[in-house]
Amino acid sequence: MRDARGDIKRPIGLRLWLSGGWLTLLALAAIFAPLIAPQDPLAQDLFTSRLPPFWDAKAEAGYLLGSDSLGRDVLSRIVYGARLALIVALVAGTLTCLVGGTLGLIAGYYRGWPDRIISRFVDIWMAFPPVLFAILLIAVLGPGLISIIIAIVVIDWTRFARVIRAEAMSQGVMDYVASAQVAGRGRFGTMITEILPNVLPTMVALLTLEMGIAVIVEAILSFVNLSISTDSPTWGGMISEGRTSVHQAWWVLVFPLITLFLTVLSFSQLGEGLKDRFDPVLR
Amino acid sequence: MTLLRLILLRILTTAITLFGVAVIVFVVIRVVPGNPIAMMLPPGATDADIARLQAQYGFDKSIFEQFIIWLGGVMQGDFGTSISLRQPVSMLVLGRLPATLELSIFALVIAVIIGGMMALTGTRYRDTKTEGAIDVTAGMALSVPDFLWGLVLILLFGVLWPVFHISGRISPSLNIDFTTNFYVFESLLRLRFDVWLDLLSHMFMPALALAIPLAAIIAQLLKQSLKETMHLDYVTLARTKGYGEHHVITREALPNAILPTLTLVGVQFTFLIGGTVIIERLFSYEGLGNMAIDAVINRDLPLIQGIVILFALLFTLVNLAVDMLYVVLNPRLRHA
Repeated sequence: MRDARGDIKRPIGLRLWLSGGWLTLLALAAIFAPLIAPQDPLAQDLFTSRLPPFWDAKAEAGYLLGSDSLGRDVLSRIVYGARLALIVALVAGTLTCLVGGTLGLIAGYYRGWPDRIISRFVDIWMAFPPVLFAILLIAVLGPGLISIIIAIVVIDWTRFARVIRAEAMSQGVMDYVASAQVAGRGRFGTMITEILPNVLPTMVALLTLEMGIAVIVEAILSFVNLSISTDSPTWGGMISEGRTSVHQAWWVLVFPLITLFLTVLSFSQLGEGLKDRFDPVLR
Repeated sequence: MTLLRLILLRILTTAITLFGVAVIVFVVIRVVPGNPIAMMLPPGATDADIARLQAQYGFDKSIFEQFIIWLGGVMQGDFGTSISLRQPVSMLVLGRLPATLELSIFALVIAVIIGGMMALTGTRYRDTKTEGAIDVTAGMALSVPDFLWGLVLILLFGVLWPVFHISGRISPSLNIDFTTNFYVFESLLRLRFDVWLDLLSHMFMPALALAIPLAAIIAQLLKQSLKETMHLDYVTLARTKGYGEHHVITREALPNAILPTLTLVGVQFTFLIGGTVIIERLFSYEGLGNMAIDAVINRDLPLIQGIVILFALLFTLVNLAVDMLYVVLNPRLRHA
């Protein structure tokens, strides 16, 4: 594969395929959750409590990955939990990218007082312990999906603002930006048509990384019981319950943990991979 | 002169940042819909009781007035009284700070050792499979945050192969009467090595969870700087003088490659301290972070305020220290 400059493009790495594959699988599971999940994820049955996974002699059919202390099917809860995790990843990730990216673009391109104000806020934000800030916000906003999304945006916008500001700054001094302005395009027009397309690749890579972070934040909030209502299945909630009963039923902790681990790793590897591919120096 | 101005400027921006943090926390937690005072009183309490207690904690005044009163107190070292624990916030917070500091510093030491070893090994065996393996390991370690590493460690070394403690700070049977809250330092000074080892074995798992991502960052950056330095003339000169590869890397290349890593470690150390909040919760370690989460759950406004400000102060102090260290270690800035 050769592009216009005749350079040989590096093949899409194995890690990109693996992480993309896992996330696709997860998305399908989330969309078709009612068809895939073998049990009702909320159905409690004390006769089926703490069933081990399928390879154990005491396992029961229909509970592939075992059940928790209330007799709820672990696999079904993981599948339904994927819904919340992916919604949070997509919505919170995109909104964070929009807010932080916009502020970073303005600060980096306009410089001057907009930059001073935005950078001052970034400094203040960097002095907050993020997890504590998130927990505090949820306590204030009340538990729920919308609160989680707001909390993630409020905490993590600086991640985008910092990087995009630096990128926009280095693009802003390039000749092509000056020529666009000489050609009669206004400041704002130049920012949208010249700077934005050039920082977009970085933004996409950061967005992918942010989606992984959003999933973790949701899990952490569920872990301290501050996510959405306690009866909706969430990975963090399952992990929290699994942590307390790990000596009696390790599978309640292990399977959601593996799922969360693979998901976060996939988002991160995908983001890193995209960053490498978009990086003009490496490309 | 310029150095002095730099320092003064930094102290000023630090003060502004802390003020900003204080304002934001103050406003955010006062938007809480629930009435924290009502939760403290028994169900039979009359409205007059609630009003009296509210006045006692100053919640009947406007946010602006409350802030001025609070700020005036802070200037005199008074951070108010905790609602849930009914003790001075400053006492509670300073009582827990040593536990968090010891955990963070222990984690930093582990990260520097692991990351440093990885970087040195990677440079020694550069462009071989060993370096590739180190790169992949670092990439993985970096992709997954401390919270998940903590859970993985609990499973591996708490359940599957239970060799380390996964809960608490000290075994109750070994809890000697400490005069300070710096248990690790105090037990060492009092030559109670059994207590010291017990503390470390409690701290090891949470500290390792905090250290893994930072170790990966150190490994990546230090290895990169080392490899760049290895091409420089004076390194080649050392090699032609007949020094072995090990000497060349550790004695010649390392001192010059360490500066960028040092700056980054400073910033990353603040992230590590921030990570203690959830890690302390995960490992039931009685530090500041664990107390913070309880404070949020109990809507203990004065305590939340005190803890957040202390964290912010800690972060800005670490950054300040790193900047100073950078000036001291960088000869070009020292003589400016």
